[in-house]
Amino acid sequence: LWLLVCLLLKLFSAVEVQRPRGVPLSKRQFYEEGKPFTCLDGSRTIPFDRVNDDYCDCQDGSDEPGTAACPNGSFHCTNAGFRPTFIPSSRINDGICDCCDTTDEYNSGATCQNTCRELGRKERESLQKMAEIAKEGFLLKQQLIHEANRGLEDKKAKLGDVQGSKKDLEAKVEALRTVKEAAEQPEREAKERHLKAWEDQKALIQKEKESARMAEVFLELDDDADGFVSVPELLSHSELDPDADGSFTEAEAQGLLGGVDKVDTAAFESIWSNVKEKYMSESNADTPAPEETSREEINEPDEDDDDEEDEDDDRDEHEYKVSSLNFPSNLSRTEEKKDDDEGAMPPYDQETQNLIDGKNAFKTELFNFGFGICFRNLEKEISFDFGPSSEFAYLYSQCYELTTSEYIYRLCPFNRVTQKPKFGGSETNLGSWGKWAGPEDSIYSVMKYEHGTGCWQGPSRSTTVKLTCGKETVVTSTSEPSRCEYLMEFTCPAICQEPPNLEISSHEHQEL
Amino acid sequence: MAPLLVLGLALCLSGTWAVDKGNFKTCEQSAFCKRQRALKPGESPYRALLETMELTNTRLTLQLINDNNKVRLLLELYRLQGNITRVKINELKPLKPRYEVPDVLIREPTTEPLSVLSQDENGVVLSLGVESQRVIISARPFRLDIMEGSDVLMSLNSRGLLAFEHLRMRKDTFSYKVTSTVASTTKEEEEKVEDGMWEETFKSHTDSKPNGPSAVSLDFSLPGVEHVYGIPEHADTLRLKTTDNGDPYRLYNLDVFQYELYNPMALYGSVPVMVAHSAQRTTGIFWLNAAETWVDISSNTAGKTVFGKMLDYVQGSSETPQTDVRWISESGIIDIFIMLGPTPKDVFSQYASLTGTQSFPPLASLGYHQCRWNYNDQEDVKSVDAGFDEHDIPYDFIWLDIEHTDGKRYFTWDPHKFATPKEMLQGLMDKKRKMVAIVDPHIKVDGNYKIHNEIRSRGFYVKNKDGGDYEGWCWPGSASYPDFTRADMRAWWASMFAYDQYEGTMENLYTWNDMNEPSVFNGPEVTMHKDATHGAWEHRDIHNLYGLYVQMATAEGLIQRSGGVERPFVLTRAFFAGSQRLGAVWTGDNAAEWGHLKISIPMCLSMGLVGISFCGADIGGFFKSPSTELLVRWYQAGAYQPFYRAHAHVDTPRREPWLFGPENTALIREAVRQRYTLLPYWYQLFYRAHVTGEPVMRPLWVEYPQDLATFALEDEYLIGKTNLLVHPVVEEGARGVTAYLPGKDEVWFDVHTFQKHNGAQNLYIPVTMSSIPVFQRGGSIIPRKLRVRRSSTCMEHDPYTLYVALNLQRTADGELYIDDGHTFNYEKKEFIYRKLTFANKVLSSVNLAPDAKFTTDSWIERIIVLGASKPSKVTLKTADGQEKQLEFDFDASMSVLTVRKPGMNAGADWTMTFQ
Repeated sequence: LWLLVCLLLKLFSAVEVQRPRGVPLSKRQFYEEGKPFTCLDGSRTIPFDRVNDDYCDCQDGSDEPGTAACPNGSFHCTNAGFRPTFIPSSRINDGICDCCDTTDEYNSGATCQNTCRELGRKERESLQKMAEIAKEGFLLKQQLIHEANRGLEDKKAKLGDVQGSKKDLEAKVEALRTVKEAAEQPEREAKERHLKAWEDQKALIQKEKESARMAEVFLELDDDADGFVSVPELLSHSELDPDADGSFTEAEAQGLLGGVDKVDTAAFESIWSNVKEKYMSESNADTPAPEETSREEINEPDEDDDDEEDEDDDRDEHEYKVSSLNFPSNLSRTEEKKDDDEGAMPPYDQETQNLIDGKNAFKTELFNFGFGICFRNLEKEISFDFGPSSEFAYLYSQCYELTTSEYIYRLCPFNRVTQKPKFGGSETNLGSWGKWAGPEDSIYSVMKYEHGTGCWQGPSRSTTVKLTCGKETVVTSTSEPSRCEYLMEFTCPAICQEPPNLEISSHEHQEL
Repeated sequence: MAPLLVLGLALCLSGTWAVDKGNFKTCEQSAFCKRQRALKPGESPYRALLETMELTNTRLTLQLINDNNKVRLLLELYRLQGNITRVKINELKPLKPRYEVPDVLIREPTTEPLSVLSQDENGVVLSLGVESQRVIISARPFRLDIMEGSDVLMSLNSRGLLAFEHLRMRKDTFSYKVTSTVASTTKEEEEKVEDGMWEETFKSHTDSKPNGPSAVSLDFSLPGVEHVYGIPEHADTLRLKTTDNGDPYRLYNLDVFQYELYNPMALYGSVPVMVAHSAQRTTGIFWLNAAETWVDISSNTAGKTVFGKMLDYVQGSSETPQTDVRWISESGIIDIFIMLGPTPKDVFSQYASLTGTQSFPPLASLGYHQCRWNYNDQEDVKSVDAGFDEHDIPYDFIWLDIEHTDGKRYFTWDPHKFATPKEMLQGLMDKKRKMVAIVDPHIKVDGNYKIHNEIRSRGFYVKNKDGGDYEGWCWPGSASYPDFTRADMRAWWASMFAYDQYEGTMENLYTWNDMNEPSVFNGPEVTMHKDATHGAWEHRDIHNLYGLYVQMATAEGLIQRSGGVERPFVLTRAFFAGSQRLGAVWTGDNAAEWGHLKISIPMCLSMGLVGISFCGADIGGFFKSPSTELLVRWYQAGAYQPFYRAHAHVDTPRREPWLFGPENTALIREAVRQRYTLLPYWYQLFYRAHVTGEPVMRPLWVEYPQDLATFALEDEYLIGKTNLLVHPVVEEGARGVTAYLPGKDEVWFDVHTFQKHNGAQNLYIPVTMSSIPVFQRGGSIIPRKLRVRRSSTCMEHDPYTLYVALNLQRTADGELYIDDGHTFNYEKKEFIYRKLTFANKVLSSVNLAPDAKFTTDSWIERIIVLGASKPSKVTLKTADGQEKQLEFDFDASMSVLTVRKPGMNAGADWTMTFQ
């Protein structure tokens, strides 16, 4: 949206100034009427009448900004009412209208209409619309984040309840399983010992990591490296503004520092919880830190969540972990494979494993007792990377369909993509959830689903889902650019970025 | 495309990416070939009955008798205009007529008188009119020698391999067979009944052969010849190999899945023309027969080492080198045209006088073509089109393969993916670009399909042996095949291209005929059953002609829809002698392998030698996915081959030029741009090819016929007369190439650096990924348009730069041809054709066609003289007598003179003096 502002500024400053055809205003000073012209690369100087004389004299094409004579030239269209642009000079007088102000076709006989105002209007409208969408989408996103966090807390709470009533439940299960009880008891103890040891180790690592991050943030904040983080230093991080009202005041900053003007490392520790949630690394101010993303790529999201939202809630954190570890049916194995940050939990010994396997019955019991949660799924769900603020969590266990002339496409985020012929026929798997696969600066803009049904003589099917900001969550199109490689366009609010303050720019527009 | 169904099977069997040879017959598996090949050289049973000789003004006739079975043949001998001798041999009284190929010769050839020089009981000597050329017909055994002076140019039946299986009644009841065998010793006409004479089974297919054996065969000896070329289409070397130790070269149009290289197997097209060349003479043999044909080649020097040859020489015991050739066809007659040269260009014009020249393509079709199986929908087309603009790569045509149709019903559009084709075509037209959509000759059997219903109700389908409409499997599933041998069918088909018949089409939509061998997935050897019928004839008789007819009818349709104004563009996969008149040919379903890039050169050179100049291979390779290096190299090589189209199999990842990173996009852009700067030259060469029949892309020996070093070169070639020599990089990881620059007294200029090299040397050229080694011969003038735009049509009015490369005599010449680029108006003399000459320090443009009229907006913007010395002044004198001094730059280090903006119109007379 800064674009819009820039555009508007440009637009109103684009008053025609006399200069050779095809020269942008910014280079006007190099083309001085009547004076010898020096090629912009400095390679030679020619009389001014050789500028735009339809013969290429300069290697860099700079003597023919307004003709097609140079193979590497470019032509500047002012496009008053729209956006100025450069076109390759090979498009001058080729009979095709390229510049909306028609200036590229001054001698070809082509009849071009000046469409700049129309285009400008349309672009403004669409930018406006996009901004509105982004704004509303962003609000929705905030809500989603809120809900996601609450949902997560709920789930954790539920798990906590389970943990709380664990003994009761176990007693009941055990009552139902009196025959096995004697054999299971020592095994459970073995497992618990195993888990406890693992948990302790994990917590330690977690703690170390947290300290490291805190130290890192301190160093980053301490701009003048005086060993203190001060109010002015903090003020450069507008994202820390507690009420996010767009003005981060000294008072607010002071508040964050616990009421003092500056803090040293020790004091910083005590105010860390005020800062860490919102703090954005300076090295990568508007994107997630790269090391975070690489971890996310390998699908180890619960730890991230812990870092960013739950760490402050030790009790919750602890309960969640313990609870989840009580039902490690398949999670434990994925953790073994994927957790490269804290090390993998060593496998259970056989006896413990036997015990765990026997727990299926225990889970069934839990359902019977009406907890209403599929713990397996819950665990799986918690393992996903739902975005930096879990804003994509709402997509989980949802499916979105798009019907085309031949097929019904179905996107179940974090699960899989399928295609089913509209008029009967079996479903084809176009890929199962793989990873976030956007470019480095927006990794959450693309989802990749992989290892679908194999193609004859070809690879297995895969789907790339491109996310764009929208109020609605909907699949807008599908295509198969290459055989068995599908492309899906998907809009949802969770990808919306906070728009720069639109009111200001449109206000400016009014004034201008 | 290739037939997937069959192919699944093929893959299962072979398990590799290679042709399944088991799907295609060897000579041994083809009954007539086996039978004929079993005959060994020796005394011929045929005797000329000299007493039956009749000589009229136009022809000589003579009966031949087979002394074994007493069957008589009629030999006709004609002397044709332009140093061609035609020999026809047919049964004197066949049981029923034998097929004689129609529609291939452009007219009944003009005959010249023959005269008898001498005659006795052993033979006749005839004068061929020119020089001291004579034909000697020997009576016992029959043999025919063509002499010039004391040299034998060519001998027929000198090895006694003339064989003519006469038509006979079937004696096929079992009891009869038994008795006849018993009685055979007493019946002189009785011949051995062999397997495969009356029925033949290959794999699961049985050929009913109701006419029994009908093969014909003849041998030719070529004294003094060690190099023979032609008889495409084979994925083999330019110089044909001897076939003693393997199968003969086969000519039988087939849809071969994943063809193998360096192999005499048949491919999609057949031109039964062989060119023989020695330092003394070039001759050609045109075997006009459309049935399955095999060609055996042997040579008395083939097995000899260089040392062996030298020993012969020293000992003086050497026999003259000689190549022997033998043609075998399954049916029809023997109808041969002996083209006596003596130069390569004479042979080209002799052949052109028989079958016509290369069609003159629309200029745009010489640009770059972007194809893929398939561009999915209109949106896809639009975004690929936009991609070319975004990456500033020119192109002229985007192509749609079979998936654009409504369920493989040709002449229709998929109602969802291509709902508004005119909108799409208009979008392309707005950018001065064009489209090609595929129309294959197999028609979906579907009662709701107009085309099918019409063809069926008119009885236009090929019939099966039982008289019903022939059905086979192809892309649409069950399909029938229109009988394109019928003129009325072709006229109807042509009418289907009218804008009101072929809905959704516009003038910028052109056509691609694929699968016209014809491909029948479930047929024998993936083609039509030989006992299917086309009226009175069996498919056996006409097979190799089918594809030509499909293209003929289609091209006619495109001409008719424009009221005869616009030149058509039709690409075909199957072809025959004469196909050059109808459009472009490509080398079919190649693969993304370096070997396939490499072989595209000899494959297209071979086609050029037999008239088909408009040839190309799928850039990047059709099957499989090319490495980036291979793709770039292929774009570079393809930029200097006549038909320049990228294509890819549906199962391969996308490979539009910008998908391989900015560096490779830039390399591809540069290759395509080089092509576009040279379009004026390509166009002019196609005009020349259209007028003379000379190939556009030609082997070096054509221009250096005495230079033995050029005779087997196939990694480099010339474009046009001798003006550009191209040695593309076709090896992976190449650091350099060694190009042979011919001509003792020639100099060659690197077109990129202008560096001068002497001729008659092997030049090592270091290469990088951007290198495309191309040289302009000193002594040539080549026009280019350096303002490359997004399509060739956008460049129509742009000015020319003339590249004048001086030879050691400081002279050069060239031509400039200009017309509207797309209509037949050039036939009404609406063109500019000029001769450009540099001599005595004067460059001039002279009208070569004073009776032609055309005006152009194009002017001469620049003249670059390579190998120049520095003038003190350059003066332009225009037709109105005005003189003006021109500015110039001189680069002394490279001896390059650049004349700035002379500005005269490209169609005007002018002289430029360098003082």
